[in-house]
Amino acid sequence: MENLKTELKNKIIDVLNLEDVSAEDIKDSDALFGGGLGLDSIDALELIVLLDKDYGIKLSDPKKGKDIFQSIEVMAKFIEENRTK
Amino acid sequence: MMKKTESCSIENSKITVNEKVIFESRSAIFSDFAKEAYKSLELNYPKFHKMDNLSKLAFLSAEMILKDQDNSRTALVFANNSSSLDTDFKYQESINSQDDYFPSPAVFVYTLPNICVGEISIKHKMQTENAFFVLAEFDEDFLNTYSHQLLISGKADKVLCGWVELYQENYTAFVYLLTL
Repeated sequence: MENLKTELKNKIIDVLNLEDVSAEDIKDSDALFGGGLGLDSIDALELIVLLDKDYGIKLSDPKKGKDIFQSIEVMAKFIEENRTK
Repeated sequence: MMKKTESCSIENSKITVNEKVIFESRSAIFSDFAKEAYKSLELNYPKFHKMDNLSKLAFLSAEMILKDQDNSRTALVFANNSSSLDTDFKYQESINSQDDYFPSPAVFVYTLPNICVGEISIKHKMQTENAFFVLAEFDEDFLNTYSHQLLISGKADKVLCGWVELYQENYTAFVYLLTL
């Protein structure tokens, strides 16, 4: 789980072009949207693509992203429970 | 009669404002040059990193003029030749494989040339007229005629207009501010 969290942080930094942010800067419980990392709606769509591409999880309802992308902790837990690759 | 009050040009890894070089880089790669300029000029707008190269070029050229201005009544009139082809190719490459078909929403939004004037408008909270024309070559008469119409109609007090062309590593921007 710890490895997955670190992996997720690095992937998010990479895919969302979060320059000047390092994995160490993101706490597991930090809010990803609305403050926190200040991500926007396009970033949410990128995270949905990331779930599909890297973990084989298809979100048929994008609105679920609001719950899943609360924090790295919540996201990692969801991936562990639902990943197909 | 219109007055050209300020201008900015970007080419060959160099930013020139009112004919004075304000930033120069040794990097021949546009994205590296843009990143260096962003840091050196202390622009502090993290969304810059998420833009495509055409938007970064337009943003940098506009920022040098707009940053010290009241932009509430400034219109934007830009043009180029390659439209958003640079990003269009990247997007096409990202969806070519049927086995690895993961189109990026962040790349997709930049598959229109007028997104770069949208980015400038968002940064400066401009709710003004804007247009982006695709022309065979820089046509100052055309841009100035359009800008003049905006000014005399009272839709804007100033117009930032010019040429913002980028395709792969070939780029040039020349923008200038017009008033009556």
